[in-house]
Amino acid sequence: MDKSSPALSRRRSRRLHPMPIRVMHWINAAAMLVMITSGWGIYDDDVIVRGLHFPQALRLGDWAAPSLNWHFAGMWLLVLNGLAYLSYGLVTGRLRERLLPIRIADLVKTVRDTLHLRIAHEDLTTYNAVQKVLYVVVILAGASQVLTGLAMWKPVQFSGLVSLLGGFQDARVVHFLGMSVIVGFLLVHVLLSLLVPQTLWAMLAGGPRVGPSGHGEPAPLP
Amino acid sequence: MRSPFRPAAPPDPAILDDHRRLIRSLQRRRLIQGGLSLGALTMLTGCDVRRPASVQAALLAIRDLNDSLQALLFDPNKLAPTYPASMVLNPPRFNAYYDVMKVKPVDGAKWRLELSGLIGDKRPWTVEQIEALPQRTEIIKHVCVEGWDYIGQWSGVPFRAFLERVGADLSARYVGFHCADGYTSSIDMASALHPQTLLATRYGDDVLGDPFGYPLRLRMSTKLGYKNPKWVTAIEVNNVRPDDMWDKPGYSWFAGL
Repeated sequence: MDKSSPALSRRRSRRLHPMPIRVMHWINAAAMLVMITSGWGIYDDDVIVRGLHFPQALRLGDWAAPSLNWHFAGMWLLVLNGLAYLSYGLVTGRLRERLLPIRIADLVKTVRDTLHLRIAHEDLTTYNAVQKVLYVVVILAGASQVLTGLAMWKPVQFSGLVSLLGGFQDARVVHFLGMSVIVGFLLVHVLLSLLVPQTLWAMLAGGPRVGPSGHGEPAPLP
Repeated sequence: MRSPFRPAAPPDPAILDDHRRLIRSLQRRRLIQGGLSLGALTMLTGCDVRRPASVQAALLAIRDLNDSLQALLFDPNKLAPTYPASMVLNPPRFNAYYDVMKVKPVDGAKWRLELSGLIGDKRPWTVEQIEALPQRTEIIKHVCVEGWDYIGQWSGVPFRAFLERVGADLSARYVGFHCADGYTSSIDMASALHPQTLLATRYGDDVLGDPFGYPLRLRMSTKLGYKNPKWVTAIEVNNVRPDDMWDKPGYSWFAGL
């Protein structure tokens, strides 16, 4: 009699999004919203794009000081949660499993299929090439926000970082571009999750069970 | 670090005397009754979810923690980048909590710099006396909390040399500034002693212009623009943190770069 098999199969047939991933995802969602909207409050005193102002209703904080305080409180949540997410993803191999490999041929095929309105999303457990690229880009944008943010916060103590970025104002522009990338991602991400609500539900409840490879294989029967 | 529960200055004992009767009349039962109705009131005022007092208090507490971290990150020997004279913006950019047209020029002949607190020699200083002290020039960046910056050329007395000259207690925690326009600012002693911190009297090749702080202003490379008070009329060295105009509305007090 094989005593270990039920436990083993349960361990093998983990959920698409394990509990730590779901918790960190929603903490990140809150932190990102705080950082974006408080950042819009700070931005307005010295705009980067002439004529671009963010309406008061979209800003966190009545004026610059409370917006700054929100921003410098939210940064802890964003950085600590982001470090936990990246460590978890590297240690468990999830990042590699979900996001790699990205093949140019797959990318071309996905874009072509999408333009022909053939968007297959029955299998939640395998990301298509465009999805993978978007997730990698937004993770890199998040890391860039932290570095450019540090450069702007401490341009004297971290003057090496500032000169690496080209200067104080360049750091501001890169920080602004990083925000734009993240907001662009967010619009697509939220729109698609509403179009395919199973994905939203999966990020709340865990999603379908996946096999040892992390993708949609049938779990071995007990 | 100062406990967040301790007031910056102890209350005047006279206040306690004034309210002795009221304090005696406090009874535990009435306190609980009052507390309950106060609690109910906070629920009523809690309608605005974006601005409850508890959230504001938490934000300010985190700001103060971040200020402590900023003090730890501050390296007293790290110099800010300096620039060639060709990059200097002249005249510099004006900024204050009021418009440049409202600037009230200070009469240099009547002006005196008053000293108070933990300072050995508190005799006031005239413009000529300050200009006779050894001078230093710094071409450094001015970074405003709003996001803009410019490069300026400032000359004056290194603040450390001035504090040593007047016999200030360099182990005290704070230095406070009072200005002719009512502005107040205070900084930590470590930043005050930084080699690029100047009591500036000149900009470029000229005496400071009226909008930029004539006859005397603080200019430091290691803090944001609002920590560089203009038209300074009094300097105070203290272990209790002196007034700071931008601290109460919510800006960072340390404001280090």
